[in-house]
Amino acid sequence: MSANVISGRVWKFGDNINTDLMLPGHVHMATEAEQARAVFQANRPGWVDEMKPGDFIIGGKNYGTGSSRPAARSLRNIGIACLIADSINSLMYRNCVNFGLLAIECPGVSTLFGEEGQIAEVSLEDFTIQNKTTGKALKAQPVPANMLTLMCGGGIYPVLEQEGLIAPKPKTEKPAKVSTGHT
Amino acid sequence: MGMTMTEKILARAGGGNPVKPGDLVVVEIDAAVFIDNTFFPIYWHEILKVEDPDKIIVVFDHRVPAPDRQAAAAQVVGRNFVKKFGIKRFHDVGRDVGISHVVVADRGYALPGTVLVCADSHTCSGGAFNCAARGVGAPDMIYAATKGKTWFRVGETVRYDVTGKLGAGVTTKDVFLFIANTFGDHANQNVEIGGPGLKHLSINARRTIATMGAEISADFTIFEADDLVIDYVKKRNPKPFEAQYPDEDAVYKARRRIALDEIEPLVALPDAVLNNSVPVKKVAGEKIDQAFIGSCANGTLDDFAIAARVLSGRRVADGVRLIVTPGSQEVYREAVRAGYVQTLVDAGAIVTNATCGACGGGHLGVLGPGEVCITASTRNFKGRMGDPSARIFMASPATVAASAISGAIAHPGEYTREALV
Repeated sequence: MSANVISGRVWKFGDNINTDLMLPGHVHMATEAEQARAVFQANRPGWVDEMKPGDFIIGGKNYGTGSSRPAARSLRNIGIACLIADSINSLMYRNCVNFGLLAIECPGVSTLFGEEGQIAEVSLEDFTIQNKTTGKALKAQPVPANMLTLMCGGGIYPVLEQEGLIAPKPKTEKPAKVSTGHT
Repeated sequence: MGMTMTEKILARAGGGNPVKPGDLVVVEIDAAVFIDNTFFPIYWHEILKVEDPDKIIVVFDHRVPAPDRQAAAAQVVGRNFVKKFGIKRFHDVGRDVGISHVVVADRGYALPGTVLVCADSHTCSGGAFNCAARGVGAPDMIYAATKGKTWFRVGETVRYDVTGKLGAGVTTKDVFLFIANTFGDHANQNVEIGGPGLKHLSINARRTIATMGAEISADFTIFEADDLVIDYVKKRNPKPFEAQYPDEDAVYKARRRIALDEIEPLVALPDAVLNNSVPVKKVAGEKIDQAFIGSCANGTLDDFAIAARVLSGRRVADGVRLIVTPGSQEVYREAVRAGYVQTLVDAGAIVTNATCGACGGGHLGVLGPGEVCITASTRNFKGRMGDPSARIFMASPATVAASAISGAIAHPGEYTREALV
């Protein structure tokens, strides 16, 4: 497999999956680790323990509708290697760019993968999305080169740091204490 | 090929070359609005240089006054940022605070024909002023502050022409629910609103629709600027501006007419806004624990007026909490002067300080397990206002006020036969 091809096991989510499901309000101000634990807690409790780093999410249309909260960062932090959806909400999409989560829009992808656990293979050169389990494939919308660089390179902060516009984040952050029920 | 309003604003901010759907454009921003959330350690990155401090506005809104130590610490970070860069447009907890989008409206910060960004999805509220305003991520805000620019993917535009006038008991929240219910999401599309019915809609009434643009997943929700808007902004902001109007041969994905006379009060059922509304009568009688009127969508002076009209001389039902939160302290002061606050508290409402509050489940009205709420705010997602087992119905302030009196979801027509807008 070339470096420009990635593959992973898929989890399926439906249409209009909202940001609050991925990053619920009660952990909005909690640590990244606590936010990661809460992904899909309300609609799919226990999922974060079932999924493994390197897995893919296959979404329906308008994936990530909702708020500007960094749901993309939580998906990246739990190890989602790629998000592919019929369409991705533009605010979610820009947070995928911002935080470095590979995100691809591919109309029809939600039906290309009939079942969870199937294996997806994605070419980052011609943006073919293949269901390795069934052998069927679709062409996705190519991700613009500059966006792809950010998605695969850790997002926007490393760039701003390099340009001297922001200070590097201290590496060892103490997890903030969360006051009960008020965040 | 002609351009839509959104395309013309983005083309102008991008240096003048025409833009079309599918383009990726880098644009100059006129305003970058920072909110308290952005200063929490989980989101904040220390900024070393800003491109132009006069483009930056800071408003503390989600958690004010600080309900806990974390929020208090974030506000300290925000105040230091303001001081370090000499930011003049700062709305700290006090006289001039409010929900950022409402403060933007109070002060005329969203200039017609320009670009405004903020790390909150309801920033599209500024579209009521013909401003290409939209929510971006916290990193986009830091990028905007340090570079004075941001980027957008240009989407196709759907044009709505409104005609006629709203009937008794109906508000623009119902108009929005009608659009969301009939046409579903507008993901990666812009919404443009004009037409002869606009002249019957106040700026606040328009703002409810523009703010709710986020809930149909629209990129921008931009109203045509009429004299009402131009005069409103000129009175509040001395900076020159040039409103943008669509070209005659603008290309739309769809063009739809909304007859305001035909809209009836609607309720969005729990957990989703899109394609999820029913006429109030269908759910009338559903018992409620809490009723909420507030947020950037429904915390305007018009919303206070509507709630006061319905609640005047009446009482909130026993066992029901009615929480009313003004969108800004300016709205609060005007609502006190107009007597609306007296009417509401006499009826048994809790009127809070201006903040996002219960809308996002942050504070001042968080829902407990199994509770039922009817809300005139922005969003009814599962878990949005508190416990994930709580059920959140969303409607107009008139329907929420009527429901608070009844103790169960009720049609505003039970308490008022007047035109409210």
